[in-house]
Amino acid sequence: MATLQSLDLKRRSATAGTPPAARQTLEVSKLIDISKCIGCKACQVACMEWNDLRAEVGEVHGYYDNPGDLSPSTWTMMRYTERDNPDTGDLEWLIRKDGCMHCSDPGCLKACPSPGAIVQYSNGIVDFVSENCIGCGYCVKGCPFNIPRISQTDNKAYKCTLCSDRVAVGQAPACVKACPTQALVFGSKEDMIVHAQGRVADLKSRGYKNAGLYDPPGVGGTHVMYVLHHADQPQLYAGLPNQPRISPLVELWKGAAKNVGLIGIGFAAFFGFMHYVVNGPNRVSKEDEEAAVKLKEGGK
Amino acid sequence: MEAMNMQLSRRQLMKLSGVGAAGSALGAFGFGGAEEAMAQAVRPFKLARATETRNTCPYCSVSCGMILYSLGDRSKNTRSEIFHVEGDPDNPVNRGTLCPKGAGVLDFIRAKTRVKHPMYRAPGAKEFKQVSWDWAMERIARLMKEDRDKNFVVANKDGVTVNRWPTTGFLAGCATSNEAGWLTWKTVRGLGLVLVENQARI
Amino acid sequence: MTNSWTDIKNADLVLIMGGNAAEAHPCGFKWVAEAKAHKGAKLLVVDPRFTRSAAVSDLYCPIRAGTDTAYLLGIINYLLSTGKYHADYVKHFTNAAYIVKDEFAFNAEEGLYSGYNAEKRSYDRASWDYEMGEDGFAVRDMTLEHPRSVFQLLKQHVARYTPEMVERICGSPKEKFLKVCEHVASTGNGEKSMTIMYALGWTQHSYGSQTIRTAAMLQLMLGNMGVPGGGVNALRGHSNVQGLTDIGLLSQSTPGYLGMPRDAEPTLSAHLGNRNFRPLQANQISYWQNYGKFYVSLLKAMYGKAATAENEFGYAWLPKVDLSYDALHQFDLMHQGKINGYVCQGFNPLLSVPNKGKMRAALSKLKFLVSIDPLETETARFWENHGEFNDIDSAKVQTEVFMLPATCFAEDEGSFTNSSRTLNWRWKAADGPGEARTDTVIIADLFLRIRDLYAKEGGAAPEPIMSVDWTYIKPSDPSPDELLREMNGKALVDLKDPADPTKILRRAGEQVDGFAQLRDDGSTMCACWIYSGAYTEAGNLTARRDASDPSGLGVHPKWGFTWPANRRILYNRASADPSGKPWSVKKQYIHWNGSRWVGPDVPDFVPTSAPEKSAGPFIMNPEGVSRLFARKLMAEGPFPEHYEPFESPVTNVLHPKTPTNPAARVFKGDMEVFGGVKDFPYVATTYRLVEHFHYWTKHAKLNAIIQPEFFVEISPELAKEKGVKNGGWVRVFSNRGSVKAKAVVTKRIPVLTVDGKKVHTVGMPIHFGFVGETKKSFGVNTLTPFVGDANTQTPEYKAFLVDIEPLSSGPAIS
Repeated sequence: MATLQSLDLKRRSATAGTPPAARQTLEVSKLIDISKCIGCKACQVACMEWNDLRAEVGEVHGYYDNPGDLSPSTWTMMRYTERDNPDTGDLEWLIRKDGCMHCSDPGCLKACPSPGAIVQYSNGIVDFVSENCIGCGYCVKGCPFNIPRISQTDNKAYKCTLCSDRVAVGQAPACVKACPTQALVFGSKEDMIVHAQGRVADLKSRGYKNAGLYDPPGVGGTHVMYVLHHADQPQLYAGLPNQPRISPLVELWKGAAKNVGLIGIGFAAFFGFMHYVVNGPNRVSKEDEEAAVKLKEGGK
Repeated sequence: MEAMNMQLSRRQLMKLSGVGAAGSALGAFGFGGAEEAMAQAVRPFKLARATETRNTCPYCSVSCGMILYSLGDRSKNTRSEIFHVEGDPDNPVNRGTLCPKGAGVLDFIRAKTRVKHPMYRAPGAKEFKQVSWDWAMERIARLMKEDRDKNFVVANKDGVTVNRWPTTGFLAGCATSNEAGWLTWKTVRGLGLVLVENQARI
Repeated sequence: MTNSWTDIKNADLVLIMGGNAAEAHPCGFKWVAEAKAHKGAKLLVVDPRFTRSAAVSDLYCPIRAGTDTAYLLGIINYLLSTGKYHADYVKHFTNAAYIVKDEFAFNAEEGLYSGYNAEKRSYDRASWDYEMGEDGFAVRDMTLEHPRSVFQLLKQHVARYTPEMVERICGSPKEKFLKVCEHVASTGNGEKSMTIMYALGWTQHSYGSQTIRTAAMLQLMLGNMGVPGGGVNALRGHSNVQGLTDIGLLSQSTPGYLGMPRDAEPTLSAHLGNRNFRPLQANQISYWQNYGKFYVSLLKAMYGKAATAENEFGYAWLPKVDLSYDALHQFDLMHQGKINGYVCQGFNPLLSVPNKGKMRAALSKLKFLVSIDPLETETARFWENHGEFNDIDSAKVQTEVFMLPATCFAEDEGSFTNSSRTLNWRWKAADGPGEARTDTVIIADLFLRIRDLYAKEGGAAPEPIMSVDWTYIKPSDPSPDELLREMNGKALVDLKDPADPTKILRRAGEQVDGFAQLRDDGSTMCACWIYSGAYTEAGNLTARRDASDPSGLGVHPKWGFTWPANRRILYNRASADPSGKPWSVKKQYIHWNGSRWVGPDVPDFVPTSAPEKSAGPFIMNPEGVSRLFARKLMAEGPFPEHYEPFESPVTNVLHPKTPTNPAARVFKGDMEVFGGVKDFPYVATTYRLVEHFHYWTKHAKLNAIIQPEFFVEISPELAKEKGVKNGGWVRVFSNRGSVKAKAVVTKRIPVLTVDGKKVHTVGMPIHFGFVGETKKSFGVNTLTPFVGDANTQTPEYKAFLVDIEPLSSGPAIS
């Protein structure tokens, strides 16, 4: 399948020893330039249209965010934040396209206990393989960006695929193609970083002294990056994590994963993780993390 | 262990140990299983052999170029059905992009509320009923002729020929083509209508 | 648009005012983003709301809805008082030097020009003109110092609009206003250009045309007309509203902006005699002198062989208009019970016309209503009870209603004309659903049936109908190809070259190359002279798909066809100085090369007319220059003046005795339902959202998902004052009706201080109704006033008065 060569697997969930691919493929990235985003939702519609998704028609709850959250049929959405800039006294309307970041070091994949339900291609795209998904929800907890959603209909996890079907045939993701203002750009990660540098320089010339690129190292960098006018404060953009990283709980679980298939589930630390995963809060609590770090260190 | 079982469904657990074993075993043998997994993961590209038609967005006046993708190859026995719409990258104005309206135009083309048959509502009736084109057009032509015959003004009070029909109006729609627009102008002015407008000022 | 979408990338400064391009025209706004990213352009947004355009602007300045004229006059005053305008351009390319008649006067206390008749609410415009010299030409003073020169009169007129006065009227903070002025003034030197992008935020006022005129004057003062990245750019709202306007589907209009015959013009010669367009200066081109050629060619397209020189080409068969039959007047007549039948071809007036209550009552008085539409509209279902949303007793409505299924854009072929005046051909992708038919088939069927009835039965005046030319290959289905050919026009006999009669320009039956070949003797036919050149012997030029752009200026000369004559920037001769040299290398476009006018675009000029001949660049005007002083062309005065909306929270601080447009027409019954500030304290304004297109995408599920429901927007301060919760239900009411809505409480609605008084705004999106995928709604035009602009009769949707109160629950769902 020559056309799929960019989709050589780099990683596979709950699978030990995915070998390095012999072929060198292009690492891709989507760049979201928030300073050019008008919040028009063309990306949202293009995503739904391309992926044949139709969420329920909801209601207005006092905001423009519609649908109100990501869901199995909403893989990307705009989050709107109104902010008075204390430095200028001017109102700012910060609009962030939310969706999968396609981390280089994907927490979802690491957390996933089902072999091959989550894969990472060598081009950087992290994809869910529904057939292998067991709907356990670990990916939800493993994700530092709160992206995957479990469908009530088929009990499988869903999120943005970065249009792996389009990328596989040499097309850009549907959202990127639609974007009217070039707030979304797609290309090699290298090119996207260069493009971002140009954008950052333009923003600095317009007085945004803290403009910068969001490509968080805590998850090994991402294949969806943001240009932010206030890169020093990512949290301003509807709670974009300042320093996202995979929970130590997942790191711990990752250590155990390679044995799961062979010796079954019997690792003591797993209890804690499962308890947290299924009953725990959306965000990893400090106590959980500390406990996990201790446990991990103790295991060495 | 017990707690675990309570949290994970039987199906989840079965998949977890079964498929997991196979996958890991492959890994252990040194095979990535990459090609097999790719085929599973990536949805087939749905436009592979769809028919492409160039068109223009029907909404605002940017006139974004669109490519309409339809089922079938226009062969005799196939009815074309549009199933996807994307921006036309060749168009110098939109360069392949679309706004949320244009990007969602498929749901207008296929809207539940598309009118599919001529419908008629009688005076005082509480609902529409389906009628034939022939019946509807014959009735409309008759109603218009009656009104024209009754109210047509050939000359004004000063005796100037004015040939106007001031009691029936026509609102032309701004999503019709120029060609339909010209035929409409010819028709309504040919009949003598003066109550003629479009959305330009509304 | 005077310029084009792609030309916006050449702008150094973009002023979005009276529009919200990011929201209503996102893919056109792309070119603003392009100018910003690649040219370092700055974006200014002046709007009553902090819009999506404002979200990506460099400077946002709030303004009270409906005060844009005062704001723009304030900028012109800034330019004149600081000297930061393009002096040479103003002197040579505008009528600044023209001397105005002695009798002309403006009474600043009264806010009235000379010639006002209060009883008729209109002006005798005789004094609004130039002093004429003995040579038959208008008198000028090229020093601009004559006290009655347009320049001096304008200076005096705008002197009242100081930054302080602008703040008092508009509520725009003075510092922000002055910053806007500085940016704007930076383009008044030929080196840089500013584009102005506006839409219905300017047109939908009782004085909207004057606001747009003020913008045009501003651009002329700066020398920004005819240059790349400049212009006054109307962002048209519907896919083919430009086309349908070009083709004259308006009550007073014909294809190509010629006039309908009027009662006062009993004959063709009388009609043409009123339009001789004699030049007002020596050597001027005054292109409208060709009016007769276009008119006769139109009559030949209309009546074919039946149109002869003897019968004045069938002029008498066309209906003559005795008064304005604009939409508001039509609906008022309908409301009076004077209209019996009505056809809506892709039009939903129940939701889109002001005062829904009046509109519904009007429709109920019809004998028959026909809706030709791809979608079920509220208008087609006006007689149906939808609970609170459309509370009507169906049994009492005696109107016969027909709902005819039309195909949509994807299901037929033909051309659309975009906002840049470019005609683009569209191809058909599929058949329509069910029994849907194309508009051309439906219209042809209607015409042929009526014609047959007259042929068989006779009746009132069959002759005009019988004379219409319908020689299409298949009369029941005239093809778009044939119809576009008809609009382009053809030679009916061999056309000899007037310069060399031995040469034949076009053989009989051949398509003409353009409107320059049209004749007034019946030897050519052409349905729409401005579209001439779109379908020549070279083929259908609207279908051209060569996107190349040799100059890199976004001209794309081989993509589609742009009227007139494939010209992408209007008035482009003005990009060069009087001697034919570009004003600046940076803005070089069209220039004189010693023997011709050349450049990347089609020159808007006679290509061989040397600069020494001194023909002015504004060739459609008999003066050859543009007009800072409008002469008699505007209903309420030759200079713009600030008037308040008919419903305003404040008095007119300039002239309290004449607060509103003295020339605006108000119908009986509508004046009575204007509301006052005492009962309705808040300014309301209506607008589009990016997620929806008019009352159309509410039928599309994808769009319903991303914006599902009607809402109103208010500031946190007003919400607190009224006890309104974000996301809670409210009732908004004007003196004409009441709607229920969800509240969106947002800082994006600024609270303004106007003349010392706090003014709150209630923002209301259009788009929602009671048919479709979105949640059922009342329709925002339940609230809007039934009054229009004095020139265009476009309703005042953008500024009126309401009150608001919290509700414990929403409407009962029907």
